[in-house]
Amino acid sequence: MNPFTYTRALDTSDAIRLASAYQAKYLGGGTNLVDLMRETLERPTALIDVVNLSSGIEERDDGSLLIRAATRNTALAEHRAVRTRFPVLARAILAGASAQIRNMATVGGNILQRTRCTYFYDKDGSHCNKRVPGQGCDAIEGFNRNHAILGASPACVATHPSDMCVALAALDAVVHLRSTNGVRTVPLTQFHRLPEGRPELETILGPAELITAVALPPAAFAVRSTYRKVRDRASYAFALVSVAAALELDNGLVKDVRLALGGVAHKPWRAWKAEAALKGQLATEENFRAAAEAELAEAKPLRDNGFKIGLAKRTITAVLNELAEVRV
Amino acid sequence: MQFTINGKPIEREFDPRTSLLDLLREHAGLTGTKKGCDQGACGACTVLVDHERILSCLALAVQYEGRSITTIEGLAPDRGLHPLQQAFIDHDGFQCGYCTPGQICSAIGMAEEIRRGTPSNATCNLSTERIQLSCDELRERMSGNLCRCGAYNGIVDAIAEVYAEPRE
Repeated sequence: MNPFTYTRALDTSDAIRLASAYQAKYLGGGTNLVDLMRETLERPTALIDVVNLSSGIEERDDGSLLIRAATRNTALAEHRAVRTRFPVLARAILAGASAQIRNMATVGGNILQRTRCTYFYDKDGSHCNKRVPGQGCDAIEGFNRNHAILGASPACVATHPSDMCVALAALDAVVHLRSTNGVRTVPLTQFHRLPEGRPELETILGPAELITAVALPPAAFAVRSTYRKVRDRASYAFALVSVAAALELDNGLVKDVRLALGGVAHKPWRAWKAEAALKGQLATEENFRAAAEAELAEAKPLRDNGFKIGLAKRTITAVLNELAEVRV
Repeated sequence: MQFTINGKPIEREFDPRTSLLDLLREHAGLTGTKKGCDQGACGACTVLVDHERILSCLALAVQYEGRSITTIEGLAPDRGLHPLQQAFIDHDGFQCGYCTPGQICSAIGMAEEIRRGTPSNATCNLSTERIQLSCDELRERMSGNLCRCGAYNGIVDAIAEVYAEPRE
């Protein structure tokens, strides 16, 4: 690990001021950043600890939630309003990592997790455009069973590892940001970038910009929602494919639907095409399958990950079938 | 910098790069907590911070200044055993023993989460206030602790003996 200075920020303004003055990174629970620093994939010269700033979940009268960025993953998953009104979010968090890591990890840090592509981590033996822009990507012709099938580019086929973000994408979550330029909000679906020619740019965050909160708008559809994660072992593994879904029915018709996929792209993948195909249609297995087909029509398999296309279609269909049966 | 480790105040100065795991092992002389993977994948380094289980290898020690840390050395009274330590012996909950301190600290943290009603990926009804520690719940909740000897059946039996309520 390279040397760095450590400062505990007193408040958000203090954090932003400190981060602007140095080549700093914000430190949350450290569960990803400390590992990346140990591997010298991240080499900040200063860490600004923001873990004691702004935690807690605010319930608004309109049914929306404001989740402060330093809220721990466990605290979010065990919150009553999340469990009962946004079950997809609680399920997604509980499907990720281990209890120890969820106790440490913050919401802001979860959003800023970096890919677990093994070629990205292998700095001594592999080429990676994310690590060294322009160097090339060894994953494209390599062992790419875990890699992207949607939205990838000739520069990068890495996937985003978060489960929580897949649920947030489905729930129309909005990320609250603050920097020396002031505050702004960005929909979670627009927060992460697709790799295109610049895979080293993973989010739209500006210099020293800090995630202060995530807002969940009121969502009647979210009561009937869930998350299913398919992985190589039953627990404590990253997703091959995951599906966050919410369904609102009216007399057997799909009144509203939200669908997002994990493990398939450089960002949490909101399945806009599948949603559009389903709205107003009968909630039948046949229509669920057709919607999944529509979403995956442009999927591009690599050498080892073609199975993900069929797996994603089957998982979407199965999850929507399950939701259609749920009594709420 | 000051910490409370196993109930005793200690003061140490160290490089900010030091993990909580290295602080415990190298600076405080408490080698019961084990370094397995040193990258958050195995759970051998699990300790309790203010009764909550965390991975000490991914924790920068500076972040935990002023906190109360409990390691395997601090669980039992002098010369005695914590009931869970005795249960691990009774149920052959280990072979080489390297993962055991992490398993035991993790299980104690898990019991606190159960008491609080924290759901897990194995919890069918998310709105339930009361979690029953079934075999599925126990295995899911302990999945962050790997055992390369594969002593899982003994580990599950030991934890169930201490924390699972008897079936009616």
